[in-house]
Amino acid sequence: MMATKRQEIAPLGARTCGKVVQGMNVVYLDNAATSWPKPPQVAQAMADFLEHSGGNPGRSGHRLSIAAGLAVLEAREAVANLVHIDDPFRVIFTLNATHALNLALFGLLRPGDRVVTTSMEHNSLMRPLRELERRGVAISVVPCDHQGLIQLDVWRQELARGATLACATHASNVTGTIQPVVEMGLLAHEADALFLVDGAQTVGALPLDLQAAHIDLLAFTGHKALLGPTGTGGLVLAPGFPPERLQPLVRGGTGSRSEREEHPDMLPDRFEAGTPNGVGLAGLRAAIDFLTDQRIESVRQAEVAVEQELWDGLAAIPGVHLYGPAAAERRTSTFSLRIDGMRVDEVGLRLDEDFSILTRVGLHCAPAAHRTLGTFPEGTVRLAAGVFTTREDVQRVISAVSEVAASAAHAPRVPPCVEASAATRGRSGKEA
Amino acid sequence: MPATEARSVVVFHTTSAAIKADKAARQAGLETRLVPTPRHLSSDCGLALRFARVDRAKMEALLREAGVEPAGIHDL
Ligand SMILES: Cc1ncc(COP(=O)(O)O)c(C=O)c1O
Repeated sequence: MMATKRQEIAPLGARTCGKVVQGMNVVYLDNAATSWPKPPQVAQAMADFLEHSGGNPGRSGHRLSIAAGLAVLEAREAVANLVHIDDPFRVIFTLNATHALNLALFGLLRPGDRVVTTSMEHNSLMRPLRELERRGVAISVVPCDHQGLIQLDVWRQELARGATLACATHASNVTGTIQPVVEMGLLAHEADALFLVDGAQTVGALPLDLQAAHIDLLAFTGHKALLGPTGTGGLVLAPGFPPERLQPLVRGGTGSRSEREEHPDMLPDRFEAGTPNGVGLAGLRAAIDFLTDQRIESVRQAEVAVEQELWDGLAAIPGVHLYGPAAAERRTSTFSLRIDGMRVDEVGLRLDEDFSILTRVGLHCAPAAHRTLGTFPEGTVRLAAGVFTTREDVQRVISAVSEVAASAAHAPRVPPCVEASAATRGRSGKEA
Repeated sequence: MPATEARSVVVFHTTSAAIKADKAARQAGLETRLVPTPRHLSSDCGLALRFARVDRAKMEALLREAGVEPAGIHDL
């Protein structure tokens, strides 16, 4: 394989078109799966950690262990600042958002409990819920409209029937639709339910104040909008949330209370056991510093402008269907498309092979969301821009999609959706 | 701090708390050092924060301010 070459990443505001990878100038539109490229500070911080603070974080009394422990603490502080809470020990580090959601759901719910959620959820929330349902937890799924937006009146009614927990994604990973979490949280609290938010698509992309949004538990992942490395993420406990309501998912070594064979109760140790991902967290901290320097809000404004240009350009192409809210400020930098007369996998492959535009096709681990949108089981082509996506990238994508759509219009009709869907179904089990 | 100076240590419930306290103390200009917890004091957490005994009041205030609840403060 050719060595990966990448041009220097220009600072925001002086961004250049495309990024060179394997000798090709690619447009990376898969930031909802994981963001790329990362700010160069991330790799630098990770290399520094391995070279200069390579001890086991906080476990041993020597200087390398202490340096590593400090790196982890500073990552905790960075996340706490970002979501506006004071106590960094309420940031529990996990491998990713999936791990955090499993901690929240299996830690809270018992047979007989009732959960209210939405029809736009990712499998990282739905699969643990379906397993809990098998164990006797009742689940109510509130429908969303064709743009993926929650029906707030049904949300209210379902909560009024009694619920232990309300849980929802802050934004869809398929359409980017931003849910009104402040109103949803308020309604959850009025019904005496706890509110768990899946922030996998939003923490780092949108400013979020945990308490203002009435959130009790927030799951996040480090490798998407936060621009950090894979293997980082966590669950944030709101200041008023009593940790004893949540049972740990893992128990083991913490470096504290070593004389006892019972797992300790103090935060963060109650929910963290085993050696943490020190190198990854050092990278995450550098990523958050980068974002904070750029101020998430100004990043967001730049993204909204680029996104609107992309949506409007694509919406004008005959035969192209877009999925998500048309107004860019109502979604993250993510939405989906389909082209008449062409299967989504073909579209994705054409964009990659002929235009070096990297998207993700299929069901995006969110079958419920695609059912809501009416795009199940075929799925969609997802376009997920990021902080490094430029106006030039957008123009390149618009002309590429025009070309692909024009060729689809002239090609013989593809087989009807039944056949296409059989192929998709065969793949979807592995994909999610 | 000179080797002859009288010292104390703070012991903690978690290593995260010890590291946080050390960071806060350094920022406040106190001379501190994270050390393995003296075995006769506690086995609560592997790290303890050593400081000059004369700074005890400052240390207590600083822990309060940092929101770190110590498991104990002991003279060495
Ligand atoms: C909405 C949503 N929730 C959860 C996840 C899971 O994140 P991770 O793969 O980092 O666990 C993702 C992304 O995969 C997502 O888009």
